[in-house]
Amino acid sequence: MKPSPFDYIRAASVLEALHGLAAAGDDARILAGGLSLVPMLNFRLVEPSVLIDISGIADLDYIRQDDGIVEIGAAARQSALERWDGIADRLPLVHAAFPHIGHYQTRSRGTVCGSVAHSDPSSELPLCLATLGGEVVLRSAAGERRVAAKDFQTGMLTTSKRGDELVSAVRFPAAAPGSGYAFAEMAQRRGDFAIVALAAAASADRIRLGVGGVADRPAVREWEALEGDALDDALNAFAWDLGGYDDVHASARYRRELVRRLGRNVIEEARSCRS
Amino acid sequence: MPQLSRDTRHAISFTLNGKATSGHAEPRMLLSDFLVHELGMTSVHVGCEHGVCGACTLRIDGTVSRACLTFAVQVDGKRVDTVESLSPEEGGLSDLQKSFRRNHGLQCGYCTPGILMSLDAYLEENPKPSEAELRDMLSGHLCRCTGYVNIVRAVMEHVGNSP
Ligand SMILES: Cc1cc2nc3c(=O)[nH]c(=O)nc-3n(C[C@@H](O)[C@H](O)[C@H](O)COP(=O)(O)OP(=O)(O)OC[C@H]3O[C@@H](n4cnc5c(N)ncnc54)[C@H](O)[C@@H]3O)c2cc1C
Ligand code: FES
Ligand code: FES
Repeated sequence: MKPSPFDYIRAASVLEALHGLAAAGDDARILAGGLSLVPMLNFRLVEPSVLIDISGIADLDYIRQDDGIVEIGAAARQSALERWDGIADRLPLVHAAFPHIGHYQTRSRGTVCGSVAHSDPSSELPLCLATLGGEVVLRSAAGERRVAAKDFQTGMLTTSKRGDELVSAVRFPAAAPGSGYAFAEMAQRRGDFAIVALAAAASADRIRLGVGGVADRPAVREWEALEGDALDDALNAFAWDLGGYDDVHASARYRRELVRRLGRNVIEEARSCRS
Repeated sequence: MPQLSRDTRHAISFTLNGKATSGHAEPRMLLSDFLVHELGMTSVHVGCEHGVCGACTLRIDGTVSRACLTFAVQVDGKRVDTVESLSPEEGGLSDLQKSFRRNHGLQCGYCTPGILMSLDAYLEENPKPSEAELRDMLSGHLCRCTGYVNIVRAVMEHVGNSP
């Protein structure tokens, strides 16, 4: 239960972090809040040769709004976003998801970008980012690129990020006028990883539903505003397409049922709170 | 900051419960191990070493943190507060600790320092939580003895809300 040896760099600036990554490449790991990385180190599931600690880089500790986008820098803690005064108004979906994201004691240090970079298939923040159609900003010594959330997460704990890249920010589209949002989750206990998590966004003529915890990454589907049996049929088809599995927490059949039932609930809730 | 190499014990200094403290640690040494084994801080309890049980919870620059998910080198230059920081200057127990004692809010006491440090931060932000809010916050700690009932009672009495 102790990590293998590694070198440690406390990066004072983005450039320092990028230099460290360029030098060590795939052998390095970024250390942000450490809430997911350090357990993996302690279990020796990962044995990087260098840790680059970005948690103290002041330039990355921000939450900013521009042009209908809320951008969150890589050093911003989850608790900072939770307490941000625009959260209920600008990111109502993330606001609704927050009580399900770990605990008070993990949100205090865990970062928003770290959760997205970690890409656990049951995580709430990557699910919200994918459902809202957000983007991930990647920086390396060679430059910057943006990747749509749906193309970022490529599987269980795997992403399209290169070894020399830093997730410098994530960009959430802010709430659109006339749209409603809702989130629901089933877990063993509050704060545990989701068995199934659902995020819905409803506008006048479209609904979008994101599902986490079933496939190896968040799955998002969009329909024209369906009602009644047509909606049930669409949810049923989606539940089967997700290819759920049996594990110690739940059977695949139970997961499909949660997608059908909670899916319907969150869609109705999102519609009912359209502004 | 230069790269701290893996095989060397690096000098670190920080403020522990208000006192300047220093020591040496390899990068991979967990803060929990450093405090317990290098400094003899036996109030820092280790239950799981993966962030789940909450026994090792303390504050770093005021932020509630798991010592088992933090490396000692990360606190260089910072302020670390453990349960000892709660004692009033004249010694003895804080009011919250006294309420834990009165209400039998602990049995073996293994979970208690971590819970008290979470509460220390949480009650600054939310001085009068409802029972539901308090229980939600306590979900970040495991207590195998009390069933949480007396912990909740102790906190509610302390903040002046009846459970
Ligand atoms: C008890 C417990 C319960 C939890 N419950 C939940 C839960 O219900 N839902 C949930 O979503 N999460 C949960 N988590 C995990 C969550 O708390 C983490 O905060 C999050 O998954 C990772 O964020 P971090 O900042 O701690 O990243 P770290 O642990 O520091 O890093 C995680 C991974 O991402 C990489 N990384 C981090 N930041 C960057 C970056 N900027 N650029 C490139 N790579 C980066 C790291 O190299 C590492 O591989 C829980 C954790 C614990 C300990
Ligand atoms: S020992 Fe740190 S949370 Fe369990
Ligand atoms: S009092 Fe024994 S674990 Fe809480």
